[in-house]
This record gives sequence, structure tokens and C-alpha cells, in this order.
Amino acid sequence: MKNKITKNNLITYGIVLAFYIIVEILMMTGALSSHMKGLLVPMTYYAIIAVALNLCVGILGELSIGHCGFMCIGAFTSAFFSRATENSIPTVPRFIIAFIIGIAFAALFGFLIGIPVLRLKGDYLAIVTLAFGEIIKNVINSFYIGIDGKGLHFSMKDSMSLGMEADGDIIVNGAMGITGTPHNANFTIGVVVLLISLFVVQNLVNSRDGRAIMAIRDNYIAAEATGINITGYKMMAFTISAAIAGAAGVLFSHNITTLTASSQYFGYNASIMILVYVVLGGIGNIRGSVIAACVLYLLPELLRGLNTYRMLIYSIVLIVMMIVNWSPKIIEWRKRTFGRVSFRRAKEVA
Amino acid sequence: MKKFNKVFSAVLASAMAASLLAGCGGAAAGGSNTFKIGAIGPLTGAAAAYGNAVVNGAQIAVDEINEAGGINGVQIEYKSEDDELNAEKSVNAYNTLKDWGMQILVGSTTSACSIAVSENTKNDNMFQLTPSGSAEDCVKYDNVFRVCFSDPNQGIASAQYISDHNLATKVGIIYDNSDVYSSGIYQKFVEESAGKNFEIVSAEAYTQDNNTDFSVQLQKAKDAGADLVFLPIYYSDAALILTQANTMGYAPTFFGVDGMDGILTVENFDPSLAEGVMLLTPFAADATDDLTVNFVKKYNEKYGETPNQFAADAYDAVYIIKAAIEKSGVTPDKTTEEICEALKGAMTQIEATGLTSQKMTWDASGEPNKEPKAVVIKNGTYVSAE
Repeated sequence: MKNKITKNNLITYGIVLAFYIIVEILMMTGALSSHMKGLLVPMTYYAIIAVALNLCVGILGELSIGHCGFMCIGAFTSAFFSRATENSIPTVPRFIIAFIIGIAFAALFGFLIGIPVLRLKGDYLAIVTLAFGEIIKNVINSFYIGIDGKGLHFSMKDSMSLGMEADGDIIVNGAMGITGTPHNANFTIGVVVLLISLFVVQNLVNSRDGRAIMAIRDNYIAAEATGINITGYKMMAFTISAAIAGAAGVLFSHNITTLTASSQYFGYNASIMILVYVVLGGIGNIRGSVIAACVLYLLPELLRGLNTYRMLIYSIVLIVMMIVNWSPKIIEWRKRTFGRVSFRRAKEVA
Repeated sequence: MKKFNKVFSAVLASAMAASLLAGCGGAAAGGSNTFKIGAIGPLTGAAAAYGNAVVNGAQIAVDEINEAGGINGVQIEYKSEDDELNAEKSVNAYNTLKDWGMQILVGSTTSACSIAVSENTKNDNMFQLTPSGSAEDCVKYDNVFRVCFSDPNQGIASAQYISDHNLATKVGIIYDNSDVYSSGIYQKFVEESAGKNFEIVSAEAYTQDNNTDFSVQLQKAKDAGADLVFLPIYYSDAALILTQANTMGYAPTFFGVDGMDGILTVENFDPSLAEGVMLLTPFAADATDDLTVNFVKKYNEKYGETPNQFAADAYDAVYIIKAAIEKSGVTPDKTTEEICEALKGAMTQIEATGLTSQKMTWDASGEPNKEPKAVVIKNGTYVSAE
């Protein structure tokens, strides 16, 4: 039993590592186009946030449709820090501290939202997280923060009311967001963060705490009757999930130099896109989330040759993939057709 | 054996993924005998009108130049990519164009995307000319130039214009604080209006999530006695504001910026409400000079609609590149870096004439020097306000 789980986990790490090594080799031999190179970092952070959401949706069993809100917090807090200390701290420690700050703030907000909401049952979390994502976006859009010789200035009205000195630097400029964040993220760092989040989530799932969390998901009443601290475990899983989403946000903000809290990146559409990654990869299947996130992020980019038709084709492919993967009839047909393969797999499981 | 199978399948899967990735490789190297110009803009989604205008406007210019024998006898190859108004996708689009062999970039269409792409063009040292990226930071690198006015310039020009022509004593402002363009103009307008002969009596914001009801903002401006309302916003919102102001019987002078261009074509909007609206715009589709008439006719024939200022900016951008190439005498067999260096130098020496201005010059900062044109709407058409 234990051995099997370890092996299963190792396969997930193995896939990520193998992918990393292959990509690195391709990069060194120059076989990778610059388009592909540009896609690598986004792929890793979407995979990371998919893992985070899968912890919340698949393992904890609570639907969150505002995970991009946590990503947004991680992105803005870390980008703010990096921008503010760009000239005073060397790159490596600064980026590490930026990660810590982004993760900590996302976790803090996950915790704060969790306090009232996770005590509720049913779909309330979904509604509150949806609202949270939208609120965060609008609040950040009205923030004006600048630094000058006198220290930090803050306003929620406009950048003039900051009353900055001439040498001042406006870091967060309302709807213009943060521009000029140092471009620190790269594929290697992305893969390392992905591996760490996989490590955290997979170990959590297979720990005593993880089993308690899954017990809550599977039967709330039975878990409560067994003496499991329901709210506590829910909070734990949700906060970790928010923290990992924050890490994805840090990578996001250090990969492109303009960060605006707009709907394309952090709105509910973006959150639902992440949910699509999780559902397609299999709810509760961590490895599936990673693969689905990579494939679905790549797909519209690889279809660029089809111009505007690619949006249409992307949605059709999405529907087909959902049906092929999850329709009971298709699964049955797959079993009949590829019976030998699945028979062997069934024996392995047994 | 079981273990072997699993490892084997994992390796096989990764190999497949790798071949997929590698299949997309094979970047085109330099040394071509045509100039390869790429354009980026939102061709799908909510802002598709702007991206398509840029892509189409540039296409018309490219076709004209190629028909007339190219630049110094060299033809132009042209390709456009979609960025969905997303800075991340804009960088992806840029990388795609780079693989295609792009040497000069006309883009990105929108400010945030343009800033994100400029980070990459800076690293690759590729010449970038954004037709409509108006935020201040778009041209912060020395390889990036722009055709349109910057947001600050529009704010400053508006404040100066209102002051110089004694248009008002009390000014109200309604702006979109979730929009980079709008809040950028607003900020500079307020800064510039300090010490001018008018006073800002109300400044009310709205966001893209509540842009249907402006009665509160209008009422505040009315109560404060504003005799001019400055609208640094896009025309679709402005049309609603004009309609609602009319309903509540409030008739100040409305003053807009180039985003207001297009207000006469809004569906279900009564153009008579826009009578007397003033706006600063670089381009008016019903101008009667030969260049504009010719461009509007071609655009209408090819795409079935009247071009807006985005199309005009992009059209000018291609001709500006042509002028810079001719000035520097650079040839397409040079590397991207060499072309960029040559064009950077040439940009500060050329003097371009185009749809958006009679005379445009640039300094090394990348900002264009051109006169803002103010027009006033009379009898449903733009008339010069001078």
C-alpha cells in the first residue's frame, strides 16, 4: 500500500523532471522555437495553480471559483516588494523573499476568508470565493502607492493625492497596476516551484491530515462523529491551496512586466479556466491537473495558425476531450476496444 | 515487469510531448530579401475592434507600398497575430512572429500589451513602433517609438486647449478608473490644470463593471456648477453619458479626447446629442484631404467599414517605417539588431506626413511631436474648432 503510493508520487515527479530535461536539451540544441520558450513559464504557473485548486476541489471537496484572486494577491504583493527593493537587494535573495511574501499574503487571505465561510456547508464557498476574486480586482484597481524620500505614500483616490516628492516613484498606479517588475522567473524556477507544490500536496494527501481531509469530503457526518476537527482541517487545506495559488501569482508577476488587476488574468473567467484544467485532468488527480493545464494552455497557442478560428476549434476540442475522458459510455467503449490494456492495468491495481 | 511498463509508458509519453514541442521549432533565420513586418493586436474578444483596425490599416499601407515597388525596391512581407488584449498572450504572439522571422514590429495595439512586449523587443533589440500604445511606459526603452499621442500629452493638451480658448471656468470630469488610458489622461489633466484659468469642481470615477448608469456622476457635476465636462473615455461610454445628460436637462460643453472618435457611429445613439461636443483627435474619417479620402475609400472597399484612428495610426506607422528605412538605407539582409540600430538613428531625423498629422518628428525618447487637432461636432460631422 505505502509502497504503491510512493511509486505513484515518484511517477508524477518523474514526468515533470523528464519533461524539464527534454525541454532543456531541446533548448540547448536550439530546436525550440522562441514561441515555445515563451510558453514554458506560463505553463508551469498554470500547472501550479491547477494543483492548488485540485487540493481545494478534489481533495477537500469544496468548490472555489475565485482561485485567481489568491493568485492576484500573490502577484501584486510580490511584485510590489520586488519593485520597491529592486535597487537595494540583490536578485537572488530578493526573489526568494518575494516568493515568501506572495505566498504568505495569499495564505493569509485564504485563512481570513476561510474563517467565516468554511464553517458553512454546501456551495457557499463557491459564491464567496467568486465574490472575493472580483472584490480583490476592484480594490487593487483603486490603490495608489508610491515611495519617495519621505517613505511610503498611500491613496485610494488618485495618484495626485499621494503628494509625492519630485524623486518619488509611483509603484502601484491604480488601473495601470505595477509596471517594470524585474523579469526574474524562468523555466527552471517554475519547475522547481511546481515540484515543491506537488511534493507538498502529495505528501499532505497521504498523511494523517490528508486522510482526515478526505474523510470530511466523503462523509461529513461520519467524520465529525469520529472526532475530526472539521473546520480546522478544512482551514488547513484551504489555506495551503491559497498559498500555492499565491506562488503561481509570484511567477506570473515576475514573468511579464506589466501587472494589471484586470479580468483577463484574475477575473472569474480565468478562475473557471483553471477549474476546467482540474476537471479535465480529473478531480482529485494531481498528476492529471498538471498534464491538463499544460495541454490546455498549449492548445490555443499551437492552433495560432488557424487565426481566429482557433477559439472555435479550441472549444470543440475541449468538449471532445471532456466526453472522451469522462463520458461513461465512452469509458465503457474504451474498455471494450482496448480491453487487454485496461485488463492488465486492473490486475496491477489488484 | 509492471514497473518497467510504467516507466516505459512515462518515457514514451514524454517523448511524444517532446516531439510535439520540437515540431514547432525551426525558427527562420535572418538574411531574407524582403522586410518582414509583424503586427500584434486583439483580433478576438471585447477589444477586437481596435486590433482589427490596426491590422487592417497596416495591411492597406503594406499593399500600397508593395504595389508602388516596395521600400527602396524591396517588398514587404506582413503578418499579424492575435493577443486577446492579454499581455501574456501578446508576448506569445511576439514570439510567434519572431519565429516567422519578423524584423520590425508594429504593435502592440494596447498599452499594457505594448509595455509587456517592449521588454522582449528590448532584449532582442528589435525595432518597435506602436501605433496606439499610449501609456507613458510604452516607449521607455530606446528601441520603441509611437505614433499616437501619449496619455499624458493628451491630458496636458486638453487642459491647455481649454485654458487657451477660455472654454470654461468650472470643469467637471468623469473618467474610468479601471482603464489605463482614461486614468492616465485624467491624472495629467488634473496636474496640468493647476494654475490655469479654470477650476476642477468635480472628478467622478466609474469602472467597466458599472458603466451603464452615469446619473450620479452627472448630478455631481451639475450640482457643482460645471460648465464644461471633460470626458477622457472611449466613445461607447461617452454616448451613454451624453444621452443621460440630455435626459436630466444638463447641457454643459462636453470635451473629449481621441477615444471619443467614433461617437457618431454608435448604434441607437442620436447624433444630434453630440452637437457641440469638442474632441482632440488626430484623425477624422470625413476629412477632405486626398490622403484621408483615399485611405477611407480603400478601407471601406476592403473591409466594409469606416476606419477609426487606430487604423489611421497603423497606416501611418508603416509609412513611418518606410521613411526611416529609406533615410537609413538599411537592407533586409541585415540582422534584426542592425536594422534596429539603423532605424533608431533614422527616426530622430525623419519628418513624416500622414493621416494623423501633417508633420510628425521624433526625438530619442520615442514620443512624437505633432500638433493636436481639436474638432467640434456640427451638423453631425467634425469641423475644425479653430
